This record gives sequence, C-alpha cells and structure tokens, in this order.
Amino acid sequence: MLPEPTLNSYLMLSAVLFAIGTAGVFLRRNIITILLSVEVMLNAVNLTFIAVDRFRGLVDGQIMVFFVITVAAAEAAVGLAIVIALFRHKETLTPDVFTSLKW
Amino acid sequence: MTPELIAQLIVIGFTFFMLLNSAAVLVYMERKVAAVIQQRYGPYLVGPKGALQPLADIIKLIFKEELRPKSADAFLFYLAPIISATAAFAAFAVVPWGADTDFSTLAHLLFLDKIFGFTGLAHPIRLAAADVNVGLLVIFSITAMGVYGIVLAGWSSNSKYSLLGALRASAQMISYEISYGLSFAAVIMLAGSLSLATIVDQQAGYWFGFIPKWYIFIQPIGFFIFLTAGVAETNRAPFDFPEAEQELVAGYHTEYSSMSFAMFFLAEYVNMVTVSAVATDLFLGGWHGPFPLPDGFGWVWFLAKIFVLLFFYIWMRWTLPRYRYDQLMEFGWKWLLPAAVLNLLVSAYIALRVGW
Amino acid sequence: MDALLFWILAAVTVASAVLVIGQRNPMRSVLLLIVMFMALAGLYVTLGSPFAAVVQIIIYAGAIMVLFLFVVMLLNVPTEETPIGRQARLLGGVGPRRFGALLSAALALELFWALGRLGAIAMPAGDTPETTVKAIGLRLFRDYAFAFEATSVLILVAMVGAVVLARKEPQQ
Repeated sequence: MLPEPTLNSYLMLSAVLFAIGTAGVFLRRNIITILLSVEVMLNAVNLTFIAVDRFRGLVDGQIMVFFVITVAAAEAAVGLAIVIALFRHKETLTPDVFTSLKW
Repeated sequence: MTPELIAQLIVIGFTFFMLLNSAAVLVYMERKVAAVIQQRYGPYLVGPKGALQPLADIIKLIFKEELRPKSADAFLFYLAPIISATAAFAAFAVVPWGADTDFSTLAHLLFLDKIFGFTGLAHPIRLAAADVNVGLLVIFSITAMGVYGIVLAGWSSNSKYSLLGALRASAQMISYEISYGLSFAAVIMLAGSLSLATIVDQQAGYWFGFIPKWYIFIQPIGFFIFLTAGVAETNRAPFDFPEAEQELVAGYHTEYSSMSFAMFFLAEYVNMVTVSAVATDLFLGGWHGPFPLPDGFGWVWFLAKIFVLLFFYIWMRWTLPRYRYDQLMEFGWKWLLPAAVLNLLVSAYIALRVGW
Repeated sequence: MDALLFWILAAVTVASAVLVIGQRNPMRSVLLLIVMFMALAGLYVTLGSPFAAVVQIIIYAGAIMVLFLFVVMLLNVPTEETPIGRQARLLGGVGPRRFGALLSAALALELFWALGRLGAIAMPAGDTPETTVKAIGLRLFRDYAFAFEATSVLILVAMVGAVVLARKEPQQ
C-alpha cells in the first residue's frame, strides 16, 4: 500500500521542482528554455502555497497563486517581447552572444 | 456496483454516444439547409430523403488513403487532430442536459419495475457526464486547450502557408475567448454560481405568469456577445477565415486526409454543439420549457433549443459573407470586447441597485 | 485512492519537468511543460482547490504557453550553439554551468534535510473540503483589493511594454 502523502511530501515535491527549474536556468543555452525553467520554478512555489493552504484551512494561498500566475503572465509577455527584439538584432537565441554590456 | 454507479456510467456513455450522433446529424442538416437556402436539392440519393448521407461520407473518409508529408513531424502531426477532438468532447462533459432525476418515470415506462424490481434510484443524479462545482470555468479552460490542436496542426505540416493559417486561426480564437468569458461572467454574477445546473435552476419559473425567467431577457446583449464569440471560437462563418483560406492560401488542415481530417471536422461540429448547449443552459433556460414534461424528459426541451441554435449557426454560414482577417480582429478587440466589459459593468450596477 | 493519485501525479510532474529542461527542441519543451501544468492542476484538485486548478489551466496552459508556442514557431531556432569568445566561455562555459546545476542539487538536498528534521506533519484527516469560489472572492476583494488593483496596472504596463519592445523599427 502506498504511503499517505504528508505535508512533507508536498513540500519535498515542490523542492525537487524548484531545483529542477534552477538547474534548467543554469544548464540551458537557449533563452526560451531558460524562460520555461523559470516557469517551472514559479509552479513549484505555487504548489507550496496550495499545500500549506490545505494544511491550514485558509484560502490565502489560492489568492497568492492567482497573483503569481498573473505576474508570470506579465513576465512571460515582456520576456518574449525582449527575445523577439534580440532575435531581430542577432538572429540567434544563445544568451552568450549578447555581450555588449560586459566589461 | 451500486445502482448509482451504473446509472452514472450509463449517463456518461449515453452522452458520448449522442455527441457522436449529433456530429453525423449535423453533417446532414448542414447540407440540407444549405441546399434549401441555395434553392437546390441537397443529398437525396442515399436513403430516404438522403438521410443516410453522413454514413456514406464516413465510409468514404475511412477508405481514403492516409497521407503524411515526409518532412512533417509524425508525432505532432497525428497528435493535433487528437487534441482537437478530445478537447471538443471533454468540454461537453460538464454540460448538464436534463434535470436531476432518479429515473423512476423511465423505470415505469420501460417496465423495469416489473421485470427487475427497479423503481428508481435512492437519490436523484445529475444528468451530466461529470458534474463539477466550477463547471463553467472547466468548459472555458478546455476550449482554450482546443487552440493547441490547430497550432500543432499548422506547425507539424511543415509548410509556411499551413503555419501562417494556423497562427491566424489561433490568434482569432484567443482574441474572442476574452469576450466569451466576459459575457458569461455577467450571467455568473446574476446566478451566483459557477455550476451550470444551478444556473439553469435559477431560470425556472415565470414573471407575470407567462414570460419565462430566462437570462436572455435580462441579458440580451450578453447573449448576442456570447453567440458571436462562440461562432468565432468554433471558426465558423462569418469568422471562418482559417478554413476559407483554402480558397486563397493553404489552411491549417490542408495536409490532412482521411481520418485525421474527419477528426478535425468532428471536433468542429462537436464544438458547435457545445457552444449551443452552453448558450442554452446559460441564457435560454436549459431544460425548462413552456409546459412541464413528466420527470426525466426535460432533455426534450434542451434538444429543441439546441436544434434552434444550430439551425441559426448553419443559416448564418450560408447567408453572411466572410470577414476579412483584419476586420475580424478589429471587430473582436475594438467592438466586442468593450461591449462585453460595458455589459458586465451595467449588469453589475443594475444588480446592485435592484438588490439581486 | 487519494494517495495513489498523489504519487502518480507527482511522478508525472517530476518526469515532465526533467524532460522540459532536458529536451533539445524548444517546441517539445513547451509541450512537456503543458503536461506538467496539467499534472499540477490535478494535484491542486486533490488538495481541494479546484478554482486554482482551473485558473492555472486557463491562464498558464491556455494563454501563456500559446504565447511561447507562437514565439518558438516564429523564431524557429531548433538547436543550441556553442559559446563564442573568451568572455562568453568565462561565464557561460561548461564548467560554470555544471557548477550551477550542482548548486541547485545542493539546494534540493538542503531542503530535504530541513524537512526531514521537521518530522512528518500529516495533512488534516478526513475528506478534503473544497474551497468555494465565493470564499476566495470575498477574501480577494476585501483584504487583497490593493494587490488586485496593482496587478491590473502591472498587466497594463506589461501589455504596453511588450507591444513597444517587439515592434519593428520604423524604416527611416
């Protein structure tokens, strides 16, 4: 029989997802995949909110999730607009190429 | 295997079966109505008055050769029509098509009480495949997933024109989703619930004894906006630029043949039925009619109202000319969206003053 | 039943997240991320938050991912290239990136250790009560009204910003 999920299981799942997202941001060399990894991290946080919500019997967690999703939408829109502008400039999606602001 | 579980399974199976049949009936109805509008005979060779024409169409489609462009991504190419069709059916799953019933009348009519000793269920069950508290939002979310079928179809065909057609179609769909949502937000506000069955139950009864309490009488503009956005969502005329592109440039389903093509059109017809069903539940009072039918037969009214809306759909297709794409987008953003927002604000204000 | 659902959905979530960051083709990453969102929505439903689940699917899977898909299809750059130049190799080379991934693994292990020290905290027993949309609405519009209005201004700014940033330079 499978063990019943405790609050720790949900928080551990959230930690794993967050770590996967962070590893994705470090490892990938494609701007769009980096943005996707950031979305994975945001979802890990959402899961934490909802799990603690259920644990404490509140609704504030769901409201925070609502705001996190909305802010993620705004961030994705602006981030992708920047990606399009950068692509028009240099025809590539590798972040290492954009070095003009470095020393 | 309690009687409730068996009854629920039968309801699910029945809903699925009737949806499939409705697609076939719509194929025939479209061609016959188009024929009448264009003053010619429609199909009349196959079966009495051409009624078996959909069967002939399906057999033809099954026997056609299944083609795939060599450079197309095979997995996505076959996934796209599956996503379209699945989203179309799943959206109808949360639509209730009859009042809560315990099947006692049906048991009596079919002599089940004499043969099996079954006199009806202990508790009435909802006549929907799945009844969820946030049912209306579920329909909205699954309709949003339907966009992916079109986008992936255009992309996986690996043809510039298919891709552009698919992008235009999906841009159209997501633009009209906003007005779609805002128009039923006003109804949710008036009814006080997100569950479709509760919204229909709020529409029972009459004002002054003869005007039914349907929301179309309080929200006429909302109904118009909902239907317009629904027609745009299902890519039907006069918003069928993505389909008509085949006359001008290739559309998103040009590279498809045989059963994949059939699945796209199945998805389109089932989407039409879903939009009509949701409009009926939200604005036209669902299964409540002028005179009450015996318990368990409310679905007859439901069917009649859907039929009227579907006829309206088909009538519009063969009467109105098609919008150009930029006119379409301008209409959606500059006219329909402000109208929907105004509708919501005015309804809210009046509801507050009247004390709804 | 709930336990089985949790473990299946958790497995699907982790598997699709790993595949999202592991795929070469960004198109497949986007589609796998949609799978992850669906699995998470399922988890939210088992935790008694159907509204959050539906909002997640409508906004995240239904709108944001469509935006990502549009950009991926329009830009159409499927593979990754090697880093160019000495400066690029310093900060974007293989070594620093792998060290970064190691750090994130260390983060996960630290969190596991911390949760282990906490001891098992069981969820409240009994059936999961479903939070009604009415309760969420009351809380949102009374206590969090300012945040709500600020978020709407944020979305407006993001919309204007996105249009301005992605606009083609007018040909002089």
